[in-house]
Amino acid sequence: MSIAITTQFICFTVLSLVVLIGALGVVLLESIVYSAFLLGGVFMSVAGLYLLLNASFVAAAQVLVYVGAVNVLIIFAIMLVNKKEDLKPINDIKSRRIISTSICLTLLSLLIRVDLTNVWSLSSPLNSIGEESTIRIGEHLFSDYLLPFEVASVLLLMAMIGAIVLARRDVMSRDISTGLPVDQELIEKSSEPLLTNKN
Amino acid sequence: MMNLESIPIQAFLIVSSALFCIGIWGLLNSRNAVRVLMSIELMLNAVNINLMTFSSYVDNNLIQGQVFTIFVITVAAAEAAVGLAILLSLYRNRVTVDMESFNLLKW
Repeated sequence: MSIAITTQFICFTVLSLVVLIGALGVVLLESIVYSAFLLGGVFMSVAGLYLLLNASFVAAAQVLVYVGAVNVLIIFAIMLVNKKEDLKPINDIKSRRIISTSICLTLLSLLIRVDLTNVWSLSSPLNSIGEESTIRIGEHLFSDYLLPFEVASVLLLMAMIGAIVLARRDVMSRDISTGLPVDQELIEKSSEPLLTNKN
Repeated sequence: MMNLESIPIQAFLIVSSALFCIGIWGLLNSRNAVRVLMSIELMLNAVNINLMTFSSYVDNNLIQGQVFTIFVITVAAAEAAVGLAILLSLYRNRVTVDMESFNLLKW
């Protein structure tokens, strides 16, 4: 890819601003639906950053998997569990906020210090293989990364079965104790919560 | 600034660090369980940006970082599916998604 360097800078600045402001919106906004849609924007901008790094295949995978699957899944989950509830206030919320914010800022300053002070031994020229990266990824996946590739397929199968088992409703056609047929429609409304709140 | 050959590697690394810290903050401070999952996704994306940056700047011939990113994306997809399934079954049992009410293992 040979975009002019000024264009690259402009693209990088815009994309990273969208990523950071969108991420702040995801964690700070009150409405969870806005957060989910902003998360999609963050994923798209991260895909743009990958394009700037000359990785078109990974950018396409990012859009397909994150925006197309993970984000849609999150929106579905919000749709299924979105109930207005007034949260119980926590009494030491202020000290918690202070502690967590200071931990995050400390970690951020540490990471930025490492980023800026370390002397990176960069190879040159930059982006030498360019659009051949897709071919190279395929070669990696079927030669030296073959075992992780196969294990990943087993992992995806396990996640698929596990998600079905976890999210399925355990509904039987007859009530075990009484033997009467169970009203399948009302099974969620009628059942008592299994665990009650401790406090 | 305009006489550089490319974007400095530090710029990408700083963006990734900031995204990771935002994710940690969200993870620690969210009360909605769905938002916690979103924060985890943000952190995974920060890690991916880091891997891609080093793959492009340091290892640009054998781009092994890109292969790692593919695997991280795979694991993230599996994690999101299982996490949301756990969330649904939690919601079915406790009728809430408030993180403060999931305190069964608290001593």
